[in-house]
Amino acid sequence: MAGTAVQLGPAAQHVARTVPRSIRRRRLLVAVADHSILIALTIGFLAPFVFMVLTSLMTNEQSLSTNLWPHPFRFQNYVDVFRVEPLLRYALNTFLYAGLATLGLLLSSIPAAYALAVLRWRGRNVAFVLVLVTMMLPQQVTIVPLYILFSKLHLIGTIWPLVIPNWFGDAFSIFLLRQFFLTIPSEYADAARVDGCGELRILTSVYCRLAKPAIAAVALFSFLYCWNDFFAPLLYTGENPAHWTLSIGLSQFRTVHQVQWNLTMAATLLFMAPVIALFFAAQKSFVEGVTLTGVKG
Amino acid sequence: MINVAAAAPTPDRSRARRAAQWRRRRTVLLLMAPAIVGFAVFFGYPLVASALFSFTHYDLLSSPRWIGLANYRFLFTQDQELWPAVRNTLWLVVFMVPAQVLFAFGVAMALTRARTGAGVFRTIFYLPALAPVVAATLGFVYLFNPATGPVNTVLGKVGISGPLWFNSPTWAKPSLVLLATWAVGNMMVIFLAAVLDVPEQLQESARLDGAGALQRLRWVTLPTISPVILFAVVIGVIDALQYFTQGYVASAIAQGGQAADAATSLGYPQGSTLFFPILLYEQGFQRFNMGYASAMSMLMLVVALALTLLILRRSSRWVFYQGGGR
Repeated sequence: MAGTAVQLGPAAQHVARTVPRSIRRRRLLVAVADHSILIALTIGFLAPFVFMVLTSLMTNEQSLSTNLWPHPFRFQNYVDVFRVEPLLRYALNTFLYAGLATLGLLLSSIPAAYALAVLRWRGRNVAFVLVLVTMMLPQQVTIVPLYILFSKLHLIGTIWPLVIPNWFGDAFSIFLLRQFFLTIPSEYADAARVDGCGELRILTSVYCRLAKPAIAAVALFSFLYCWNDFFAPLLYTGENPAHWTLSIGLSQFRTVHQVQWNLTMAATLLFMAPVIALFFAAQKSFVEGVTLTGVKG
Repeated sequence: MINVAAAAPTPDRSRARRAAQWRRRRTVLLLMAPAIVGFAVFFGYPLVASALFSFTHYDLLSSPRWIGLANYRFLFTQDQELWPAVRNTLWLVVFMVPAQVLFAFGVAMALTRARTGAGVFRTIFYLPALAPVVAATLGFVYLFNPATGPVNTVLGKVGISGPLWFNSPTWAKPSLVLLATWAVGNMMVIFLAAVLDVPEQLQESARLDGAGALQRLRWVTLPTISPVILFAVVIGVIDALQYFTQGYVASAIAQGGQAADAATSLGYPQGSTLFFPILLYEQGFQRFNMGYASAMSMLMLVVALALTLLILRRSSRWVFYQGGGR
């Protein structure tokens, strides 16, 4: 390629209007270099997925060998995996946890965010600082008394300790929604107030409607967080396999079925699939939401 | 309005005003009620209770017994597991967080230079961040399996004999860093948005002044996005302090079924992945030393606050807010 460019070089110099060949060649090289970094990164980011898929299609013996390509392809793994482990029950528990938690989180966090962003009241700034502090502290700081509290309520071994706190406001969601509510011009609320709307009406019919992307992002984050959560489910449901979520079930998988890497990888991919599907269905509000956490923070 | 009220403070009018004020307060209270209850029950109470429990011996079966500073004395002077756990967690703060921030920033910069297909690249780079942590950890432990994993197989084909990764006390933490950089998507998207937000005029005028790409990065891009870098560092440090799942799952899986009880897999191999929250979990919820675990959580609280304040304090030297601060 460089050879042909050199050969054509003198001829191109006669064409005065075009960009000099040397510069064009440099640009091309720069573009290739830029994209070569991106292509290398793509391979790096995707390789783990590829090897996981390949392993999930191997026979058990093969997954313990150094062969990289399945021979033969064993799609049966994706059926077998449901037989060796109650994945559907775990999935149901996980959906229940994620769904109920997200619902409660939205119902309790949206009004709080509205009060913090739109209404003026004494102590508002203090309340906001408290929200930030709650968000910033590691969860292990408060975990011991919470565990004791839930054990006194006889809720250890169920998913309720995971769900209930979400019905009482979530700091990160309140923060995110407040930041978004602040970007909505107060003229909307004023106009509605002049028309005789109460604050609840303004919240539901003006702010919730305008903040749909932010609310969608918060709901997605919450669902994802619950779907992926490990520490709290381990703590609260660990002793009762009937209430295990997928992440607990999967983490025990290898211990129970020691050497079956092929089935483990199949289960792992099945665990990832809903999240990735959800991402592609709602990619836009995802990226907007992640961006919102940083830029407006 | 104030004038009118001052001139004619009729009881009628001030009563109406007080009623309106009360109504507004009631609205705020109503809207904030779940969050206030939540803050009190799920944050305020446990924080205070944790501090109190830390001075007791409490096994959940009998009621707490006051033992003064005994927990703290044991914590700081006798606990053989504590300092390795503290060291491992601080190792994450010192090595994993910078690795994540640098890598996320590098990937974001590479994305800004894409002529075509930026959206596709961005989606691909973001995907690993979506993988549930347990799933990603399982996958990595398999990929980096020393004997049969694809990584060492591929390395072997080019003549490198790979290390033992998750099974080596030296390589276990670096392996976890690799896992963390793979799943760095959220930070990357935040950096990307920030870099794309840098005003084009600034870049252009720097270019006219003869600044090269590196100089523009140093004097235009970095100062402009410094608040976002600060945000990423603070979040990264807090995440590193509560780093639990990856270490817990990786050590259990890498050890395999060799020993069924969790106690021996703690921090496998050789305690190299025994992080502070894992030890806290073990003390509190496996050995049911609730008082001692509370003392540990108090230590964690102090360290988290100190680190955050330190970073924020130092940040005024390098973080630049447009418009002269907020």
